[in-house]
Amino acid sequence: MLSQFLQFLFAGLTVGATYALAALGYTLVYSASGMINFAQGEFIMLGAMTASALVAAGVPLLLALALAIAFTTLVGVTMAKFAVEPAKTTSMTSLIIITLGAGQVIRGAVQISLGKGNHALPGLSDERPLHILGAALVPQAIWIMGLALVIVLVLFWYFNATMHGKALVATSHNRLAAQLVGINTMGILTFSFALSAALGAIGGVLLAPITFTSYDAGTMLGLKGFVAAALGGLGSALGAVIGGLVLGIIEAMTAAYVSSAYKDAVAFILIILLFVVAPHGLFGAKSSHRV
Amino acid sequence: MSALEVSRLSKHFGGVAAVDDLSFTVEAGSIHAIIGPNGAGKTTLINLLSGIYAPSAGVITMMDETVTGFSPDRLARLGLSRTFQNIQVCMNMDAISNVMVGGQTRVDSGFFAGLLHLPHIRKADAALREEAAALMAYVGLSQYRTAQASQMPYGALKRLEIARALAAKPKILLLDEPAAGLNHSETDEIRKLIEHIAKAGVTVLLVEHDMKLVMQVSTRILVLDYGKKLAEGTPEVVRADPQVIAAYLGVAA
Amino acid sequence: MTIAPRTLGLVLLAIGLAAFPLLSPNAFAYDLAVRVLINAVVVIGLNLLFGYTGQISLGHAGFIGLGTYASAVLTTHFNWPPLVALVAGAAGTGLLAFVIARPILTLKGHHLAMATLGMGIIIAIALNNEMHYTGGSDGMSVPAFTIGSWTLSGDRNWYALLSILLLAAVWTASNLVDSPAGRALQAIHGSEVAARIAGVDVAGVKVKVFVLSAIVASVMGSLEAHYLEFATPDTAGFVRSIILMTMVIVGGMASIPGSLVGAALLTLLPQVLSTFEDGETIVFGIILIVTMIFMPNGLVPTLSNRLTRLRS
Repeated sequence: MLSQFLQFLFAGLTVGATYALAALGYTLVYSASGMINFAQGEFIMLGAMTASALVAAGVPLLLALALAIAFTTLVGVTMAKFAVEPAKTTSMTSLIIITLGAGQVIRGAVQISLGKGNHALPGLSDERPLHILGAALVPQAIWIMGLALVIVLVLFWYFNATMHGKALVATSHNRLAAQLVGINTMGILTFSFALSAALGAIGGVLLAPITFTSYDAGTMLGLKGFVAAALGGLGSALGAVIGGLVLGIIEAMTAAYVSSAYKDAVAFILIILLFVVAPHGLFGAKSSHRV
Repeated sequence: MSALEVSRLSKHFGGVAAVDDLSFTVEAGSIHAIIGPNGAGKTTLINLLSGIYAPSAGVITMMDETVTGFSPDRLARLGLSRTFQNIQVCMNMDAISNVMVGGQTRVDSGFFAGLLHLPHIRKADAALREEAAALMAYVGLSQYRTAQASQMPYGALKRLEIARALAAKPKILLLDEPAAGLNHSETDEIRKLIEHIAKAGVTVLLVEHDMKLVMQVSTRILVLDYGKKLAEGTPEVVRADPQVIAAYLGVAA
Repeated sequence: MTIAPRTLGLVLLAIGLAAFPLLSPNAFAYDLAVRVLINAVVVIGLNLLFGYTGQISLGHAGFIGLGTYASAVLTTHFNWPPLVALVAGAAGTGLLAFVIARPILTLKGHHLAMATLGMGIIIAIALNNEMHYTGGSDGMSVPAFTIGSWTLSGDRNWYALLSILLLAAVWTASNLVDSPAGRALQAIHGSEVAARIAGVDVAGVKVKVFVLSAIVASVMGSLEAHYLEFATPDTAGFVRSIILMTMVIVGGMASIPGSLVGAALLTLLPQVLSTFEDGETIVFGIILIVTMIFMPNGLVPTLSNRLTRLRS
């Protein structure tokens, strides 16, 4: 019983850690610009697919991962520069549509260049599972959770202790005021896209060894990441991580004890309920609307 | 008769009382101004009166009917209309349609009738369009009859909001800083407009920073400070009130 | 007496629809025309919700899917007459839309986008998973559309039926947007608080337009299933929702003619791209971005604005 439960818990935490990374990507862009990047999931897919293509082409694993993350980051920058900035709009609906469009472009490009099949990626270390209290844990899961923790700590330091991080937060609170005190808000936007693309790609290359990846894997992962970010209250880095882990565990437990067919629906049922009951998330701050 | 009676009204945001145990009466047909320093609770009060906020405590009576906690659309149907400090004109529509929206409660806005364009709608809508055009002329916007709202300058948008509010044929009109951002001559036009509206029998509640305008048009003035009533009375009385002078000049009386 | 532009437009549309069979189109052209007509009606409904009222829906294909499978499942497994199944599907979809509309439509911006998207995905997941009824991702076959002993078949007849439906949709939708109810929709888009102050029951109106557009999508989903004689969960999928959205945006937000243009362009585009089969997704994405950057109002409103400016 316990070992079985533990097994599901490990599975939930592993997937949850990648949701957390995706959620952090949303959080970053949201913090810098108040917008939701609907292409975030495609960054995850792009990182994983690029890495697997590079490995298949004979590039050593670690180099392939680094290149894939760098390439995805570049795509993030390109997206900010050539899709988001030129629109010069602050309309939430327009921004949603632009990022959706960019996501489609990324997905379509991968579909054309790498095909529709499933792709595998080797893990960072030996793939023999460890056994803890009768439950198996693949080493890659430990890598995922460990690296997610490191990234959260780095981000926490960045937002709270560096000038640049504080500028990013200031920009989201009041764009005009940030401009007036000399913050380059456009630079901040591009930077946030770059960083969130990198985070997505890291999540992608870490998760792919466990789940396989394909050109259409990004949509669902991205949506789950958003659900995690929303659970944690958009804009809260700690909330994003907790949201990701909670979502991962709930999904794993649903698959185990309720219905594996409907595990993907859980996130969406959860998000609709959450929005209706507590639109600011479990950890988010309330904002008030002034007329 | 009183058009509006506010009794022990309070609104708390978190621990802060934006409006605090406030009572006052607005006589029908009067121009009643609400003034006070920034943060005195004027906008909160007008949002309470128009149903955008629900009060934390207190009672609002409108023409002898208790309307505490009523939604804005319900209050609109009872004859209360307002304009906004930060203009709320529908930029996706043309100017005259914006005004026609104000008359929404007086026409059949049912979906079924709309989908089939039933004759009674066609007739009522044509009449409403003419009324709206007349109202635009009344507030001095004839030249914008065929304009899109998004093409109009700021001063004209402020009047457009007044025209929209009047299209509801209100008994009570709340004007939230109608002169804000306007130049001297535009303000003078607004003053004349307010006087016209009041003369036509509409009770006007005016929130305004322009003291000259307030002193010129108001029948009575309510002075707020920290959400409480600081003074109330005719312009002459309020002008001479040492507490009011202190609040405005920031010195102890 | 002068003819109102929209009456003229309706007449022109009727003439155009009637003229198409005179060109003696082949089966392929008829098939494309039918697909355009189905999408156009759905897009008109979606435009009322999104273009006019400003309420984004990224799950609209879910409603099409509900209609599709109501017809498919009720006729196949329960032997219901197709017309009854279609009405039952529309009623069920309308009821579901009614129940979820009030909580969902209080949301704004990305919250609304994600909630509607989630709703669509939940529907698609359910259609994929209820294998014993729906055949899962393989889809299922659907009988022809019959009323009594009469069977609707042949491209020409489908074309005729759907042309009439499109004319009805264009007529009623143009009526609506030009009525007090339509003005309320646009006022909600422009400023919710202003609409409320003007006496519009904002929540109630949003529910009505949401239910209306859902029912339209469901009915067209039912008809599409009978026309294709096949149902697949992709009908309800995220990609279809995005395509519908693209049709509204490219054709023109808050424009009925725009809905037709958007539906026609983006239904025909994949055919033009048939040599470049996998390129559909990427091209749709580029179209979305380019439209938002260069003509955020969409094709028809942008062009008609240019025209009026040229004239004056």
